[in-house]
Amino acid sequence: MRIVCPYCGERGNEEFSYLGDASLVRPDPAGANVTQAFANYVYMRDNPRGVHRELWYHVAGCHSWLVVTRDTMSHEITRVEFARDAASVRSLTGGGG
Amino acid sequence: MKYSAFSLVYETLRGHADWKPVWREPKPKAEYDVIIVGGGGHGLAAAYYLAKEHGLRNVAVLEKGWIGSGNAGRNTTIIRSNYLLPANIQFYEWSMKLWERLERDLNYNVMVSQRGIINLYHSDAQRDAFARRGNAMRLNGVDAELLDRKQVRAMLPFLDYDNARFPIHGGLLQRRGGTARHDAVVWGYARAADRRGVDIIQNCEVTGFVIRNGRIAGVETAGGTIRAGKVGLAVAGNTSRLAAMAGLRLPIESHVIQAFVTESIKPAIDCVLTFGAGHFYVSQSDKGGLVFGGDLDGYNTYAQRGNLPTVEDIIEGGVALWPGLGRLRLLRHWGGLIDMSMDGSPIIDRTPIDGLYLNGGWCYGGFKATPASGWCFAHMIARDVPHALNAPFRLDRFAAGTVIDEKGQGAQPNLH
Repeated sequence: MRIVCPYCGERGNEEFSYLGDASLVRPDPAGANVTQAFANYVYMRDNPRGVHRELWYHVAGCHSWLVVTRDTMSHEITRVEFARDAASVRSLTGGGG
Repeated sequence: MKYSAFSLVYETLRGHADWKPVWREPKPKAEYDVIIVGGGGHGLAAAYYLAKEHGLRNVAVLEKGWIGSGNAGRNTTIIRSNYLLPANIQFYEWSMKLWERLERDLNYNVMVSQRGIINLYHSDAQRDAFARRGNAMRLNGVDAELLDRKQVRAMLPFLDYDNARFPIHGGLLQRRGGTARHDAVVWGYARAADRRGVDIIQNCEVTGFVIRNGRIAGVETAGGTIRAGKVGLAVAGNTSRLAAMAGLRLPIESHVIQAFVTESIKPAIDCVLTFGAGHFYVSQSDKGGLVFGGDLDGYNTYAQRGNLPTVEDIIEGGVALWPGLGRLRLLRHWGGLIDMSMDGSPIIDRTPIDGLYLNGGWCYGGFKATPASGWCFAHMIARDVPHALNAPFRLDRFAAGTVIDEKGQGAQPNLH
């Protein structure tokens, strides 16, 4: 599996470390039902078979956090973006993904 | 037909022409008391114990492919009960006790081989941790022996004891650990369940659940609806997908773990061996191949295949431990899907839907649990209450803060 880092170019997946689902949003600690919200955030996963947006860290490269859109059945990668860009889009739109 | 020395001689003299199919291939009935989804070791064992221990005969096992085609046939066949945490020790030791009498129980040769398992340690701190685990095992009635370097060397002279980075200081040995033949476990449980009236239905994929007023009423399959009073899921690797059909979201990620076998060689290693400084374990099959494995690839996947960096990493670990391995050719390697739960321990529990039971989250260690998993699952399904042995493996333990984190690595499936 090879990931095209937007900064470094195409690299083998052994250069990256994996964190998991990028769609998780840290709950507001002052929000309602906060214990359950944090339990869901820390432990619960959609775990889809198919398209998955996930966080990878280019640990042996530019040290960027990336959001990679990858198919968990075929391993085909359709999109790679800097996590900070994905996060700013999310904060602008108020969406969860 | 009951297998015996007599039946073997008799069939041999008749030229092996009269062996009968080992289980029936029934058409599904319209309704069952219990449906188990998943015809792997755990599902078949659950069906067997439902019939044997709880007298339930109107039971079906639905399997989307052929039985044993998933992880039951892809694992590295190790059995052991060398755990630290009380919930794990007691559960896996019960499994070991069931393994020790399984062949008589099933009237089937599942080739249980208690050849011993050695976990190597490579530092003083690791020795202390292993001594602690060994003591915890012995306090729970499980055998454990702490070996020094000399004792390990007498058993395994070919390892690299003076490796500059990871010298071998000794090992923790569980003599009752070992291996069993994984396919035979599937076939043995299938045959024994079938003989007690369980319908094993292959090529029957579950595509949905029938739920009425919060209670399970049946399953949807490609061949139509089958009604059921109770449904148990034993589909590790795909648990999230099945549970999602019932509207449940789980603390599980699906990952791939790879396994390897070399060309056959003369008997070289007579135990199961694990490297303590990297993730690598090896044993020798009865055919002579060295069966080994190591870390997961470490990313979400439903593809039953892994990537080359993990292959290299595992083999580097193996050669660091046992330099002679480098002379062998790899015969084949493969991948299996595993449910990685968020604390590295399984889930055997009821679900918020009445009559729907969950057995999953086996991470990379489900094979050794097969007998106890099926035994506990059957108990819980039959009586609608968890047995004391599986009560700690609750679905809600994550929210409740009672995780069973054997490796102490928290909510990170790709670290377990």
